[in-house]
Amino acid sequence: MHEPILELRNISKAFPGVQALDCVDFDLKPGEIHCLMGENGAGKSTFIKIITGVHAPDAGEIRLKGAPAVFRNPRETQHRGIAAIYQHVTAYPHLTVSENIFMGHEKVTRLTRRIDWSAMHTEAQALLDRLDPSIDARERMGNLSVARQQIVEIAKALSTNAQILIMDEPTAALTHHESDELYRITEDLRDAGVAVIFISHRLEDTWRLADRVTVFRDGRHIGTWPAPELTQNDLVVAMVGREISQMFPKRNVHLGEEVLRVENLSRTGFFRDISFSVHTGEILALTGLVGAGRTEVCESIYGVFPADSGRITVEGREVSITDPVEALEVGIGCLPEDRQHEGLILAWEIGRNITLPSLQTLFRYGWVDEEKERKLAGKLAAKLNVRAPSIFTRAEALSGGNQQKVVVAKILSRTLKVIILDEPTKGVDVGAKAAIYEMIGELAEKGYGIIFVSSEMPEVLGLSDRIVVMKQGRLTAQMDTAAATQEKILHAAMVAETGGAGETGQTSGALHGKA
Amino acid sequence: MSDRQQIQISIDRPWNWKDFFFQWEWMLVAILLLVIIGNSMISPWFLTWNTFIRTPATFLDKAFIVFPMMFVIILGKIDISVGSTVALSAVIMAVSYNLGLPMPLAMLLCLLVGTLGGAFNGFLLVRFKELSFVIVTLSSMIIYRGIAYIILGNQASGGLPQWYSFLGWGEIAGIPFILICFVLAATAFGILLHRTTFGRAVFGMGHNPRTCRHSGVNTDRVIWVVFTLNGLMAAVTALFLTSRMGSTRPNVAMGYELEVIAMVALGGVSTNGGIGRIGGPVLAVFIVGFLSYGMGLANLQAPIVLVVIGALLILSVLAHRIRFVGKKKRNTAA
Repeated sequence: MHEPILELRNISKAFPGVQALDCVDFDLKPGEIHCLMGENGAGKSTFIKIITGVHAPDAGEIRLKGAPAVFRNPRETQHRGIAAIYQHVTAYPHLTVSENIFMGHEKVTRLTRRIDWSAMHTEAQALLDRLDPSIDARERMGNLSVARQQIVEIAKALSTNAQILIMDEPTAALTHHESDELYRITEDLRDAGVAVIFISHRLEDTWRLADRVTVFRDGRHIGTWPAPELTQNDLVVAMVGREISQMFPKRNVHLGEEVLRVENLSRTGFFRDISFSVHTGEILALTGLVGAGRTEVCESIYGVFPADSGRITVEGREVSITDPVEALEVGIGCLPEDRQHEGLILAWEIGRNITLPSLQTLFRYGWVDEEKERKLAGKLAAKLNVRAPSIFTRAEALSGGNQQKVVVAKILSRTLKVIILDEPTKGVDVGAKAAIYEMIGELAEKGYGIIFVSSEMPEVLGLSDRIVVMKQGRLTAQMDTAAATQEKILHAAMVAETGGAGETGQTSGALHGKA
Repeated sequence: MSDRQQIQISIDRPWNWKDFFFQWEWMLVAILLLVIIGNSMISPWFLTWNTFIRTPATFLDKAFIVFPMMFVIILGKIDISVGSTVALSAVIMAVSYNLGLPMPLAMLLCLLVGTLGGAFNGFLLVRFKELSFVIVTLSSMIIYRGIAYIILGNQASGGLPQWYSFLGWGEIAGIPFILICFVLAATAFGILLHRTTFGRAVFGMGHNPRTCRHSGVNTDRVIWVVFTLNGLMAAVTALFLTSRMGSTRPNVAMGYELEVIAMVALGGVSTNGGIGRIGGPVLAVFIVGFLSYGMGLANLQAPIVLVVIGALLILSVLAHRIRFVGKKKRNTAA
């Protein structure tokens, strides 16, 4: 059992202008969960693509079960027992679960070569029963939650008799409860002898799951350690290459006037009677489970989808916001959750992205003064420490953390009073997270009122001044962070009664079912 | 934090000769030169100043729609109603003149009808977001043409004043008036597209309308304005076309929308939205125009012209692909 099933020696891979991987070593044993960690841009994705046969290495040796192997394409690696599942489920939502599982290797009847539906359903159900018996093989994929779709993807991997399973940030889109379920499944697979490569930014994933941990940085192999021997600090130092002295900034909290007040905000089908207020210099955390309506509240305040009823007051003046144009005019800015599709124009240069929200105010007569624009973009990009050679670098070429900085630079190009940040640290690495926390702290010190949406308990507790908890579209708790504990927040997010008729008693059950 | 090193970020526009020369416009210039050389081989008179400068007057009428259509296509949409808009505004102008409206007012009415026609498309698109641009402009294409037929029936309306023919036939200092107008329009639309915040918003929306809305771009207004401009310029085309023909019928400008879209696409404007420069479609107008003219000189039939233009379009699509692959590689490097 101690012979590695997969060994990679001195793997190098260069793309024009970048050495993505530089003499990297890696080995994987059957029946272990091997966590691969590293900041964005550390070379993890390239490495995975080499294992799955998408890219060929420039140099180095791959050995599968002790024998040298050349992987020419993903299909070949699949046949040899390597399967990968990704953060973004690559499923066909309109097909059934069984069709998704057997996509590409459908079961056919022997004589007529037709698709053998009953065999496929039976076998799919058998696979699913090993993982999560509550999933029905005949259900349409699109009707499942992201977490369950991921479980189907795992079943798909098992259907090809995979002995090596690569999981690329599978927990990124999951709630804690859903992650727990995924942990259990992953551990079951390990116990059944499957070798798992688990990639994640979430340190909790590593502590919970890993047998061994390998860290990459700047395309180089920094080290491989048995997980129990590592401390959190070791890991962060290995990944970032420096010590992060303080994850959450200490701030001189100076609460000022009330800058934004939301009263009885409701949008049918999404949330009801939401009331809270934000002061200048205050960081208000808006938390709850994914799907509790937090993003929807933000979108209504920002005018993307206006609320049906309720009042929004900015500095004591009631405002009507039906479009982001109006929100920006009254001084409310928003950093959207989906930065790739709502925050950035990926095909555009950094500079153009940064100035997009301020074009109307910067150039009153509609005439774009390019020199003025370049200077503003350069100033903001430098202020946020965007790591790029030039403001003419395209946004899609940046890592997640740097893209996030560009989105923040966009907001800062306008004069604002309130900034809404929707999951600003989602999918970014530890180093970039610390930078984002620090930046949020600085923004608050400068007197912005901050609404900060997050599902991660440590950052909610570490960063905010006050916490608002939502559950199923209702506000269930509001507390000062000083008096808050993880238990209190979780209670409000998962157990508290939302007051709706007929929901009581079933709410927690429904949530568990959903998770 | 003080221990974070400050990284210099350059604000100078990078320039390299590869990017400069690997532009589709150079290809268009080459094609245009080929067409001109070909034409001069067919007819020795083609390259005389008088012929060369007057030829464009024969094909520039529809070219005015090329500019706003370029905006529509950069938005990632298509407007197939413009041919019908030309017919409707031309018919209303001629009929109202013959009913006693003074010609200058009839011309204004023509522009107004076109503008309203475009604005109506914009209104439908903004108000009913679930409707696709194909359905909206297909419907108005049918409706506008239908109204033109209702007004005039299947006959011609002419007898327009003598001075009105100046628009299509007149010359200033030996240069056709229509060519001067075309150059002015190209300049104006070029500035609007490449030098104003409005043009920037159009490009942005072609790539990602959601990001633009989140960034405080008034996306509804941009759609409105672009489709309204398209209607307005269709009416301008109606003015020139009617002037050249001396009369109008409800079935004029049939298929103009497709010719215009073809010219825009040939000019390197991506139908996926977000990409295009004013120079491309301007060159494409002259390529298609001179090509048709030259094939006329060579006594080739119109269908052959269509085949050649179609082939050019496919070529332009392929060229896009080659360039796209090149860009991809560079991106990975960055």
